[in-house]
Amino acid sequence: MTIMENSGFSSPRNDAFPAGLRVLVVDDDPTWLKILEKMLKKCSYEVTTSGLARDALDMLRERKDGFDIVISDVNMPDMDGFKLLEHVGLEMDLPVIMMSVDGETSRVMKGVQHGACDYLLKPIRMKELRNIWQHVFRKRIHEVRDIEFHEGIDEIHMMRNVSDQSEDKHIPSGTDSVSGKKRKDVDNKHDDRECNDSSAVKKTRVVWTVDLHQKFVNAVNRIGLDKVGPKKILDLMGVPWLTRENVASHLQKYRLYLGRLQKEKELTASFGGLKHSDITSKEPNTNHCLQNLVNNQQCDRTSDSHSIHRNETVIQNVDFKMYEGDMKCTVSMPMAEPKNAINVDNSDPQKSSSTRTSLSHSFGKLDSEVKLATTIPKQYSWNEECSRAQMNRECKPQFQPKSGINSLPLTTLPQSIQLDCVQPGPSLSFRPSSIDHDKAKPEMKPAYVKSRSLGIEQMSPVGCKVDLSSVQTGSKLTNAEGFKFISTAMWSMNNHSLDQVVEGGKESAHRSLNLACGSALKSWDENLHGGFFPGDFQPVNIDPRSIESLNYNNPELTAEVPNYLYDSLKFDFEYPFDSMEYPVMDQGLFIV
Amino acid sequence: MEGSQFQRQAANMRKTLFDQGYLDEQFIQLEELQDDANPNFVEEVVKVFYRDSARMIRNIEVAMAKTPIDFEKLDDVMHQFKGSCSGIGAKKVKGECTQFQDYCKAENAEGCTRTFQSLKQEHAILKTKLENYFQLTRQC
Repeated sequence: MTIMENSGFSSPRNDAFPAGLRVLVVDDDPTWLKILEKMLKKCSYEVTTSGLARDALDMLRERKDGFDIVISDVNMPDMDGFKLLEHVGLEMDLPVIMMSVDGETSRVMKGVQHGACDYLLKPIRMKELRNIWQHVFRKRIHEVRDIEFHEGIDEIHMMRNVSDQSEDKHIPSGTDSVSGKKRKDVDNKHDDRECNDSSAVKKTRVVWTVDLHQKFVNAVNRIGLDKVGPKKILDLMGVPWLTRENVASHLQKYRLYLGRLQKEKELTASFGGLKHSDITSKEPNTNHCLQNLVNNQQCDRTSDSHSIHRNETVIQNVDFKMYEGDMKCTVSMPMAEPKNAINVDNSDPQKSSSTRTSLSHSFGKLDSEVKLATTIPKQYSWNEECSRAQMNRECKPQFQPKSGINSLPLTTLPQSIQLDCVQPGPSLSFRPSSIDHDKAKPEMKPAYVKSRSLGIEQMSPVGCKVDLSSVQTGSKLTNAEGFKFISTAMWSMNNHSLDQVVEGGKESAHRSLNLACGSALKSWDENLHGGFFPGDFQPVNIDPRSIESLNYNNPELTAEVPNYLYDSLKFDFEYPFDSMEYPVMDQGLFIV
Repeated sequence: MEGSQFQRQAANMRKTLFDQGYLDEQFIQLEELQDDANPNFVEEVVKVFYRDSARMIRNIEVAMAKTPIDFEKLDDVMHQFKGSCSGIGAKKVKGECTQFQDYCKAENAEGCTRTFQSLKQEHAILKTKLENYFQLTRQC
């Protein structure tokens, strides 16, 4: 009972949980509405009724945190109950109970499929309603557990040796077997802490603004992803009102996001090339993927492999993500030409020309895809540069990044570019190969995913960490491509973002870019001979050493996330993503 | 005493309603919900039911008057109506609803019509009985 008492309900009667549970009942049948209202009141719940699904949705939207659970009938005249169920799940992430006179298995199954946490048959008995609080409680407990789990893991890390830590850390929220077990242990250990912390976990979610996220990423980078822990991050962030639980859950998502990036990278690599057609189609997915990071359940794709590369992968994944999602936005840049992704090259002054070329190549391919995408704001001067660069690259790897870069108002060259690169990364959900991401979508933290709505601008390159290791291991060109693409895309992104990025920390950007470029190049290099890009492909010999000079895992990479980028993450949740198969529910995490 | 007489009468009437299958367990649920905060809760719910069910019956009549009859739609409307009936525990009326739905699935227009008549009758009978019952209980 202590747990219940400290469940952290934001309702006025916290201490008497489940009393005071705020229920919204939706039923077009006035008889039942009256009965249910009375029944729920008898359970000491706070009841609000609505005879129309639309009204109910409006109410829910107006008072985002005003309800704990929704009970809805399946058959309603103005809106299908299942639709309402979906909306509530997606937008508000509240538990929903379905009701119906019809107890047919198929209907019940449909309800469950749509996310109903329970399905009641009319006539409904009071005792059935008495227990609905368990759904609310369960949801909260799971959230807390996730946080606690990770916090526990972090603590364990401190106690154990490094090897153990890495093992623990690699447990993405998506995987059940290992994490489940560990979770048990952790929970047992931290039961008290859980109780105490639960009370602190309120219904009100933290809004991870771009600013906040940036601080978070900065802290993570400074500590090092493999050594990071919520407490450390919290201390570094210096945000007084933020709790460790907030950070822990955010960190979890972030890890998933990184993981997803990695997966995508790997995935695209395996595909060996961009599938143009897929790219555009993947766009929505990318966003979702990232968004899905929030939704742990959905992020099953994270695998150990990517976790291993987590640090390194970040960038790459980001690239993919960015690519995909950004294809729309970023591509705009040179959209029309599958020219160089040059910017990437430019950013890394140390890169050999070949490297640059590779970037452009990859980018070029991407570009074609990207074109489909969209709208990239042409404000970025460097975008144009890129196009130009692309043209140049045709023949050789001698890419003059400078040309492209210089034009960029923000950057002073690779550095500035890097900033962009890095930042938009995550949000870009690049999917160079855009191919079967579905298979293995690395979990990306939703935060980093740039919501489509914002497009590139919104992208917050959350610290792209180039997965150099993967690159080096022969990641496919796609990875490189993706990365490059992303880089370019990122650059093409809003000038704002660039500006911000630039301001944010050129250095880090610089480094990140290097990193990204490095990896991109590397992978690209490896794939060069694979005829990755039909047509424009110009094999370039990338000097591996140039890559090595890149800073892998530059922690700063993840740092510069323009605030607005973060915000963008919040959007697009409802974007139906297909291949990713991530429930849109994720958005709840970031939307708060 | 008057009070106790009415009480006894009401109790008898109530028992009959149950024994004769007019009401089922759900009605008891409603009675259990009645409290000081809502002393006439059961009556209020029944009132709401009858107001709404009248509307539903009209809808069914309209649907049945169409040619050709849309059995699926009819089934849907009846489904809603049945749900409502289950709310107050109107057992006999509910039975008629089920029968009606069976005919709908069999696309038996004649069966539907017959059952519908029967349904309306039961619906009306119950209404009268309950009104009398509530009157009695108010006297107590």
